[in-house]
Amino acid sequence: MNKPEIRATVIAELKRIAPELEESELAPAKPLRDQVDLDSMDWLNFLVALHERLKVDIPESDYARLVTLDQTVDYLAAKLRL
Amino acid sequence: MIEFKLPSLGADMEQGKLLEWKVTPGDKVKRGDVVAIVDTSKAAVDVEIWQDGVVQELITQPGETVPVGTVMARLLAPGESAVQRRKVSPAARKRAAELGVDPEKLAGTGPEGAVTLEDVEKQAKPAAAPAAVPAAVPAADRAAEMRKAIAAAMSRSKREIPHYYLSETVPLERASAWLEAENARRPLPERLLMAVLFIKATALACKEYPEMNGYYRDGAFHPSAAVHVGVAISLRQGGLVAPAIHDVQDKALSALMKDLADLVKRARAGSLRSSEMSDPTITVTNLGEGGVETVFGIIYPPQVALAGFGAVRNKAVVASVSGDHRVSDGHRGALFLGAIARLLQEPEKL
Repeated sequence: MNKPEIRATVIAELKRIAPELEESELAPAKPLRDQVDLDSMDWLNFLVALHERLKVDIPESDYARLVTLDQTVDYLAAKLRL
Repeated sequence: MIEFKLPSLGADMEQGKLLEWKVTPGDKVKRGDVVAIVDTSKAAVDVEIWQDGVVQELITQPGETVPVGTVMARLLAPGESAVQRRKVSPAARKRAAELGVDPEKLAGTGPEGAVTLEDVEKQAKPAAAPAAVPAAVPAADRAAEMRKAIAAAMSRSKREIPHYYLSETVPLERASAWLEAENARRPLPERLLMAVLFIKATALACKEYPEMNGYYRDGAFHPSAAVHVGVAISLRQGGLVAPAIHDVQDKALSALMKDLADLVKRARAGSLRSSEMSDPTITVTNLGEGGVETVFGIIYPPQVALAGFGAVRNKAVVASVSGDHRVSDGHRGALFLGAIARLLQEPEKL
């Protein structure tokens, strides 16, 4: 899986939680949770979905590295050793 | 004979529209079974029945809107005989025999559910295509209806309930450290949220201060032995619902987390059960999720208290209590709030 594919997976899972999300309106370098209005339950569900689809573990201590869309994609790529 | 009436699914509900029966005459039902789906102004709700029995007659038709308390169906209690209850007019019985229809199995529309000649003839006609399940209310209408329902409930609350409000900054160093360690050893899908600790601490504090937990009805307070915590859940399309997690006082945090995740999911999918809508004994709002420091909630009648939690910042949270002066005073409310704060200092015991 390459980075564009990871990004597509992330967006797809975000849309499952927030169906109203418009990808074109998402600023990739701005905080994701504010833009998509994810509460902590949404956030946990989002991470569980990524965990299940990509088979990566995401410790709670790493949440600070997943603030923006770009960071999230980079983090997952690193975990997948791309 | 059991009468199944449209229950009130919240202080703001006056009527409901039957979308679908989940049972047909002759079906055996158990206490807790979902028998109908009813559209309230807030959501389509799976309505449960609270007695065992056998469905005899469905009175309300899908698509019909009826007031709360309307007898929607009749059931036979266990051991009750259908034969002894069934009334079939002589003309109906004769015609049924001619047509080869069993009149005992028909839904009667006559007095006391009697099967009439018309019922028999209707049955004998070739079955028409089953009516489509009436569509739920469109989203825009739903939003307007929900706003109206919230306005009605909150206006009633502010009119009837003399609120008092208290708040306290609760240190969460221990709770945060405990949660961090706990979540570090749990697989991702089993992680806990701080909200679950808030909900459990509130429920345990209710056991110590029973005047915060129950209903104010007919001019008197009725405390509840069980703590069913209504959880305020905002919906993505706007509006909110506050369905209950049942018996929170007896549940472990892992079980509560599962219940909360399930409840949030179903609330947002519009698939709540009637018992969840109608029986919270206290509400918890966790508006801090949105970043606000403090929330002073409006009590959801007929409840008598609401606990609010702001954003967790610098390992502390501002917790608040809105209380009903008809039932408690600020002094007891303060002790209740103090109990929540104390319980949150021993997260391992929650």
